[in-house]
Amino acid sequence: MYSEKVMDHFSNPRNVGEIENADGVGTVGNAKCGDIMRIYLKVDDNGVISEVKFKTFGCGAAIATSSMATEMIKGKTLKEALALTNAAVAEALDGLPPVKMHCSLLAEEAVKAAVEDYMKKHPEAVI
Amino acid sequence: MDRIYMDNAATTAVHPAVLEKMLPYFTACYGNASSIHSTGRDARKALEEARRQVAAALNCKPQEVYFTSGGTEADNWALKGTAFSHRAKGNHIITSAIEHHAILHTCEWLEKQGFEITYLPVDEYGMVNPADVEAAIKDSTILISIMAANNEIGTIQPIAEIGQIARAHKVLFHTDAVQAIGAIPIDVQAIGCDMLSLSAHKFHGPKGVGVLFVRQGVRLDNLLHGGAQERARRATTENVAGIVGLGAAIEMATANMQEKNARISALRDQLIDALTQIPYVRLNGHRTQRLPGNVNVSVRFVEGEALLLRLDLAGVAGSSGSACTSGSLDPSHVLLAIGLPHEIAHGSLRLSLSDTSTQEEVDYVLSTLPGIIDDLRSMSPLYNDFMEAQK
Repeated sequence: MYSEKVMDHFSNPRNVGEIENADGVGTVGNAKCGDIMRIYLKVDDNGVISEVKFKTFGCGAAIATSSMATEMIKGKTLKEALALTNAAVAEALDGLPPVKMHCSLLAEEAVKAAVEDYMKKHPEAVI
Repeated sequence: MDRIYMDNAATTAVHPAVLEKMLPYFTACYGNASSIHSTGRDARKALEEARRQVAAALNCKPQEVYFTSGGTEADNWALKGTAFSHRAKGNHIITSAIEHHAILHTCEWLEKQGFEITYLPVDEYGMVNPADVEAAIKDSTILISIMAANNEIGTIQPIAEIGQIARAHKVLFHTDAVQAIGAIPIDVQAIGCDMLSLSAHKFHGPKGVGVLFVRQGVRLDNLLHGGAQERARRATTENVAGIVGLGAAIEMATANMQEKNARISALRDQLIDALTQIPYVRLNGHRTQRLPGNVNVSVRFVEGEALLLRLDLAGVAGSSGSACTSGSLDPSHVLLAIGLPHEIAHGSLRLSLSDTSTQEEVDYVLSTLPGIIDDLRSMSPLYNDFMEAQK
């Protein structure tokens, strides 16, 4: 039911872990529904995401979308990260089963939540 | 290492000896069992031999055995057939919250037809209390349907006690014994049930064939209308090869049951003991009143589908009651009924053994699974937060 890419990102997830003293952290989802994603960002002086890590509680698709989303925003500006859509994450994974599309939405929301957290901590930042 | 199959509660491999008995009925003996010629009579003979084998296994009369297309049809027939033929007497049916969907969804449909259903709760081990059954009986009660053993958590139900209560109150009693055949002794006289469902593919028989035992004298509307097969109670040209397979499989499954199950439950206990040693892993279901092949644990802080996929990559087939595997937003109704919060129910893992399971397989699973759990926990924010809070 999963594409090879999903299985690849599920079995060898990229960017797993956490960043101590991260510049921005976003957590979305809830345990009751079976998915929680947390994304940690390190942002350099130019507003570029220099480091990104994630931790996810969830199914295969939740882990794979977290992995892919972090790959897609690494080295990008905050503005570019905010423009990431769930459709783009799903497409980069060669598609997701319809019932799993909400996982890609969660990944998009986790990225947005992490950027918003950064903005809150750095009100001087301009995107 | 070959792939390890620990999902025998979902389905089992057809035993080679069963397959061998079935094969002639696809080609050489392909007759329609209703035909008068000798080709038909050969098929009829095989059909009646299988009926005798089932009757011997259940301790009933051969004419009380009705072949169906599987457990689901048998459950549907028992419930709908009883409901509609006893409508004049009453409209109330008692069942439990942990039945298979073949029962629960049929009950939900019956509710729409005007029947009243009581879904009895279970205790934390998944056990129905016979006193609750008795208390739920009222004048309008026409049927009690309680499973013999649960498919997810393996809890064996006190069906003989429930059978006694049903008799005392003159209410019909059906039991879904799909998971129980070959796993625990099933004697319809000892249980005192009026109807019982079973399915061949759960005990090394083929898929697509099952039985509804209907005690002589029990009135039941037909589910399938058509020809006069199965003494005019269940139309459709008989699936002779499948039925031959069911007969052979039930005979094998109920032979040397004690010896066979002693070995399987020893393997089960090794898995349960070792897995529950892992911190924040709990056993679901009853420790002793449990099917010999059933292991069901909840692994906190991880999600069941991820666990299954990782196990599959390691060559092990299991199953889970997480929402992601149930095809809905909620985790298994059985795990919720025993009182598990959603987040713990999402992390459930069922490993189900059979005659074909080996010590080597158990050793391999125990050498692999703890590492997978560690790995998934290491990427779980829930585990992260929990451990932080413990400090």
